[in-house]
Amino acid sequence: MTAIYLLFILMLAIFVGFELIRKVPATLHTPLMSGANAISGITVIGALSLAGGEQSQWSTWLGAASVLFATINVVGGYLVTDRMLAMFKSR
Amino acid sequence: MSDFSLLINAVYVVSATLFIFGLKLLSHPSTARKGNLLSALAMFFAVVVTLLDKQIISFEIILLSVLIGSAIGVFAAKKVEMTSMPELVSLFNGVGGLSSLAVAYAAIVGEVQLSTFVLIVSFLALLIGAVTFSGSVIAWAKLSERMIGRPIVFKGQVVANVLLIAAIVTSGYLVVTQPEITTWHYLAIGLALVMGIMVVLPIGGADMPVVISLLNSYSGLAACAAGFALQNNLLIVAGALVGASGIILTNIMCKAMNRSLVNVLTSGFQAVVSSDMKIEGEIKALSAEDAFYVLEAAQSVLVIPGYGMAVAQAQHTMKELQELLEDNGAEVSYAIHPVAGRMPGHMNVLLAEADVSYEQLFEMDEVNPRIENYDVAIVIGANDVVNPAAREMKGSPIYGMPVINADLAKNVFVLKRGMATGFAGVDNPLFFKQNTRMIFGDAKETLGNLVRQFAD
Repeated sequence: MTAIYLLFILMLAIFVGFELIRKVPATLHTPLMSGANAISGITVIGALSLAGGEQSQWSTWLGAASVLFATINVVGGYLVTDRMLAMFKSR
Repeated sequence: MSDFSLLINAVYVVSATLFIFGLKLLSHPSTARKGNLLSALAMFFAVVVTLLDKQIISFEIILLSVLIGSAIGVFAAKKVEMTSMPELVSLFNGVGGLSSLAVAYAAIVGEVQLSTFVLIVSFLALLIGAVTFSGSVIAWAKLSERMIGRPIVFKGQVVANVLLIAAIVTSGYLVVTQPEITTWHYLAIGLALVMGIMVVLPIGGADMPVVISLLNSYSGLAACAAGFALQNNLLIVAGALVGASGIILTNIMCKAMNRSLVNVLTSGFQAVVSSDMKIEGEIKALSAEDAFYVLEAAQSVLVIPGYGMAVAQAQHTMKELQELLEDNGAEVSYAIHPVAGRMPGHMNVLLAEADVSYEQLFEMDEVNPRIENYDVAIVIGANDVVNPAAREMKGSPIYGMPVINADLAKNVFVLKRGMATGFAGVDNPLFFKQNTRMIFGDAKETLGNLVRQFAD
């Protein structure tokens, strides 16, 4: 049952995603991509409980590595997107 | 549900909403920065509230990882040149994939007994994460010219790929049915990494915008699959948003090249079609001094930038020239092909960096109907996206690809270092047209030369 419920969420999210992103003009495709890429670093919240949890050593270290990689993606991604967007000043 | 997990999930809902609003605001240049900030805020909330999870008992490792990760991220984001943006995005994509790979693997080796469903989605997250990682690294190497950009093909590649896919499916079956045997895990990860390399190797540099947006989509899908494995709604929603954005951009890029995704992914395997049609005429070179006289008399100028402009870092000099032309009474517009550069929208960012107003940037479809009205079209380091062979030469590899019809402008100046072909490796009949003049040399120097002439 959980699987069905999760698939339901997935389906709705995909529709929302398509509707939102179809309207983005070509001018903003690079920032969109790098911003979306930063969002994909959301795996960090999955990694957190693995890194801080009371599981096997392996899980802890894998979780820690995952937190590290995802943080690079998130922090770097948002910063560089902001740097790009700052250049698209409104005139 | 305990109080904590209720709170955590409630905040996840808020985060998901903020992600959606953030992406919505990204659809206009004036609100885009706010949108990005909103999205970052959503991520921050999600991370902070996740730390309240009572399963999390040790914070030292987390803190250390976050600190190191942030430092690397800040350093990379501050240091990168705007011209190297495609490489950086590619690398970030790669670490995103690696992160999903690690999460999925940690879920599989965790001590809890897993259901078959969770094992299957964990394996999918592992697979997509690994393909994203190794594929992105290859894309990065190609973009930064650490390896050759041309398609790399070898004999029996198709057979090798089919065998590889069969092996991956087998390893997936073994991981799901015997999750306790670690050999299968390593086998699956290894095969998936090889798969990522095999996917990107045969793709040439001109198709890189497609590859980057496809890998971007994969990094979202990997996060999404990891969300299924951990039964985390926010991961599913955010991953799906990223996956959708990547797929839409991939589709736009493919349309801009009049090709299908399958066609792009397998382009390296196709034999180069030789055309019977001869390109006739002679190449007429022009000095910057003579070009100046034409530009001085021009009423309307269309600039068509390509990757060559990025390489020469000529965008700032072009902006200077633009201002001088405008002072001289000419109207200056920029025409941007969807696949100009090495990632979607790459030219727009470079021109924004040089402070060119986005109201002056036009897409191919807006420019083409009125291209005859332009007195001069200046092609800066673009090749394939202005190649009339796409219209005229049946049998040309780029036949049918929509291009900016630069050759129909009254005069065409092509700024180019030499007579080399573009990334598609096709001859360009534009250079031989009656109204075309080649101005050889580094684009930045040529433009600087023109600027000086105007200033005198």
